[in-house]
Amino acid sequence: MPFVPHTEAEIRQMLAVIGLTSLDDLFADITPELRPRSFNVPAGKTESAVLARMEALAGKNRTDLISFLGAGFYQHAVPSVIDALTGRSEFYTAYTPYQPECSQGTLQAIFEFQTAVARLFDMECCNASVYDGGSALFEAAMMAVRHTKRHSIVVDECINPLWRAQLETWHNEGIVHFVTVPHKNGTSDMAALKAAITDNTAAVMVQNPNFFGAVEDFSELFAHARAHKVLSVISVYPVLQSVLKTPGEMGADVAVADGQSLGQYLNFGGPYLGIMTCRKDCIRQFPGRIVGRTKDVDGETGYVLTLQAREQHIRRAKATSNICSNQALCALRALIYLAVVGRQGLMRVAENSMVMARKAVEKLTAISGVHLLNDAPFGNEVALVLPKPAAAVAASLMAQGIVPGFPLGGLYAGMDNVLLLACTELTSSQQVDALASALASALGGAQ
Amino acid sequence: MKSLFAQSVAGRVGYLPEKPEKSAAELLSAHLLRKVEPQLPELSELDVVRHFTRLSQQNFGVDSHFYPLGSCTMKYNPKFTEQAAALPGFTRLHPLLAQMPEGERYTQGALQCLWDMEQALKEITGMAGYTLQPMAGANGEFTGVKLIAAYHKDKGNKKTKIIVPDSAHGTNPASAVLAGYDIVNIESKDGMIDPETLEAALDDDVAALMMTCPNTLGLFETHLPQIVEKLRKVDALLYYDGANMNAVLGQMRVGDVGFDVVHLNVHKTFATPHGGGGPGAGPVGVSEKLLPYLPVGRVEKRADDSFFLNFDYPKSIGHIAPFYGNFGIVVRGLAYIERLGGEGLRRASTFAVLNANYLRVVLQDTLDIPYNRVCMHEFVASAPEGQRALDIAKGLLDRGYHAPTIYFPLIVKECLMPEPTETESKQTLDAFVEALMDAVAEGRDTPEKAHEAPVTLPIRRLDETAAARQMVLTEDMA
Ligand SMILES: Cc1ncc(COP(=O)(O)O)c(C=O)c1O
Repeated sequence: MPFVPHTEAEIRQMLAVIGLTSLDDLFADITPELRPRSFNVPAGKTESAVLARMEALAGKNRTDLISFLGAGFYQHAVPSVIDALTGRSEFYTAYTPYQPECSQGTLQAIFEFQTAVARLFDMECCNASVYDGGSALFEAAMMAVRHTKRHSIVVDECINPLWRAQLETWHNEGIVHFVTVPHKNGTSDMAALKAAITDNTAAVMVQNPNFFGAVEDFSELFAHARAHKVLSVISVYPVLQSVLKTPGEMGADVAVADGQSLGQYLNFGGPYLGIMTCRKDCIRQFPGRIVGRTKDVDGETGYVLTLQAREQHIRRAKATSNICSNQALCALRALIYLAVVGRQGLMRVAENSMVMARKAVEKLTAISGVHLLNDAPFGNEVALVLPKPAAAVAASLMAQGIVPGFPLGGLYAGMDNVLLLACTELTSSQQVDALASALASALGGAQ
Repeated sequence: MKSLFAQSVAGRVGYLPEKPEKSAAELLSAHLLRKVEPQLPELSELDVVRHFTRLSQQNFGVDSHFYPLGSCTMKYNPKFTEQAAALPGFTRLHPLLAQMPEGERYTQGALQCLWDMEQALKEITGMAGYTLQPMAGANGEFTGVKLIAAYHKDKGNKKTKIIVPDSAHGTNPASAVLAGYDIVNIESKDGMIDPETLEAALDDDVAALMMTCPNTLGLFETHLPQIVEKLRKVDALLYYDGANMNAVLGQMRVGDVGFDVVHLNVHKTFATPHGGGGPGAGPVGVSEKLLPYLPVGRVEKRADDSFFLNFDYPKSIGHIAPFYGNFGIVVRGLAYIERLGGEGLRRASTFAVLNANYLRVVLQDTLDIPYNRVCMHEFVASAPEGQRALDIAKGLLDRGYHAPTIYFPLIVKECLMPEPTETESKQTLDAFVEALMDAVAEGRDTPEKAHEAPVTLPIRRLDETAAARQMVLTEDMA
């Protein structure tokens, strides 16, 4: 049997030591009435048979298409050092560093992750990760509720609808409720966001670049929020954060992100990581694991899990969050990514991605009837209005091997003709040309 | 070890993409751009490789050390599952491709993985349906409690409380509170839920009991049938924390014995690596009556055997994850289940329990074992009178072993909780016992020396109080 080392002789010896006669005796507490009604799990297979089947399943997924899909999740290059280093089993077969002396590798890496992200976002504190971008937003909302002792959160409709759907599911009316402020043609309605802030508002939550790709400056909104003792929460796109105005510069209290773009594969939805940063004065309400630097008894520098009194294993029902296992290995991937691309490299990834998006816009808006949703500045993603329903157009392009972006009709009212299209540094001019000519003929064909 | 940032040299580059045709300043107006470039490290690729290789060498992992961390099921993580999850047909797949018009046609393999995993988990646990969205055990608990709340709300039940035994993991009460419930804590008796104590806590306001079975003392809850019956009487549901499922695979199915909700930890029971703290996966199984509330989209199969995502469940609680959960972890878990098959899973539990009982018996003269009877996959022990669990744990590190879980569950004094798992050999267990006896003897004979441990690792005991007070959480907070 795979992965069980016991020989028959050892089994007998061990049972004798325990004072039992058969392996079944180990389960005597499970009385006959509690026994399984069935257990028809198919018989085991050899390693090669399992791998052959997995290869067959993987082969049924079309990863060969030219894709302009983004919507918060992007195919950036994943440098090979990331797989090589996170594939070291000293990292991936360890668990939460409860025993710091034999976990300094994990602990120092988390501390460095906290530093790198705090610098990228221009924020003071960062934790060891939460599950994903949506749970990070939810945890930020809960922080604000505890920090302000108010219960209402103003949410910009320009925040990724996938994450807003999570907020909708995760929240509990008795604890926190969300007031959504409609977008204004794909941009934040700053006046409406300000007007939505009341005495009961704990936080205002926005996203930059927003879901439609528009880049905004929220400094004024955040100043208004601060004046009303409301926390400012912003969700950002870590790669573009290398060039965009920072959450810190805008005056955010909490800045979160999905860290997928930092060295994680798309993986059909996960694992990714939720990144959370905050100002020091919110630290007592911060969820999750945090690593701190300290000294050992000999005065040597070392790292430990710290401020644990916030966490469920100590505080139980009164903890700042229920999170226990997080996405540590994904955080390690993100750190290695940031280390190997470095200051210049990350800016180049952002700039190359933005340059490609402009090329795509230029080519696509040259097609009759295709225009941008708005004239807001954008990063590497844009919303395009087509002269026909985007879903049908997308289906016809996909049959030709091109995924032109995500149709927004199912996510926003009145957006049936809108397509959300993303580029990265991996997008080529040839791919853009292929998209432009396929789109032109798809649209021309029916005119 | 010198930090990444301390090694940085201005102008040095590692993995450097092509020079962009235009800079950010040419693409966006200045008020939208950051004023100062991000102070990320500047290193060569080799600098980075050497740094992280050296960091890794400061860790204990399952591959290098016996890691009997109780409640965490640190079994061997088979390598072929890593290979399966790394297939480009999985890693390069955009989750939204499945939600494009006709997108399911392009993602059949991935949808089938989700389907197959759901079918396997249903049969393993006897539940009626699963969601694979929860991204860890605690996220599964939260999902499960949300499902319970949706059920009661739909039935018009006004229930406000969830009962949690004092032996439960901290995530149980924390998850239930997050979902809006008040916690009723009940005391264990002889290491078990006491039917009379439970009875006294039960009333019509109770929405559910959250139970871990075997419980966190490693004991099978022998009053299980009575407990189920009592909860049924007040229309309360039964939640099963499946963190300890590695004890009962093929021996008991939670669905058959009357549980309504269960979360599993794929990163424990189904051998996916713990990643230094995650990622895991926490699928949630439900009984028939909770099916309508499961998160969407649910993977379903058409008559022609093709798979699709069904979002049309009006009573669904919605979305726990943005997509389908930690897919990469689910793939590993599925590969493991297919490799072992039903018989292999049953044997995994059998040998997990054999190993735990063997350890318990050979250690009974060394440690105080408060519930010294046949245990399941783990057991709890107290440090001998006058000694500290912490000293014994650190002594074990010096002797080349990861420590058992300590100071959990909270109801056992100076608690050590070893969980050996089935993948460890008798030789490893015997050597561990010797090391533990040695550490305990040191604590008895030369307590000052025991307080000094560890002395063989790159770092000695760290000042946690100073860490919390000084709060140096980044390089820049020093
Ligand atoms: C009994 C028990 N329940 C729940 C959990 C939480 O699981 P996770 O860490 O995956 O969130 C744990 C984790 O250690 C546990 O031991």
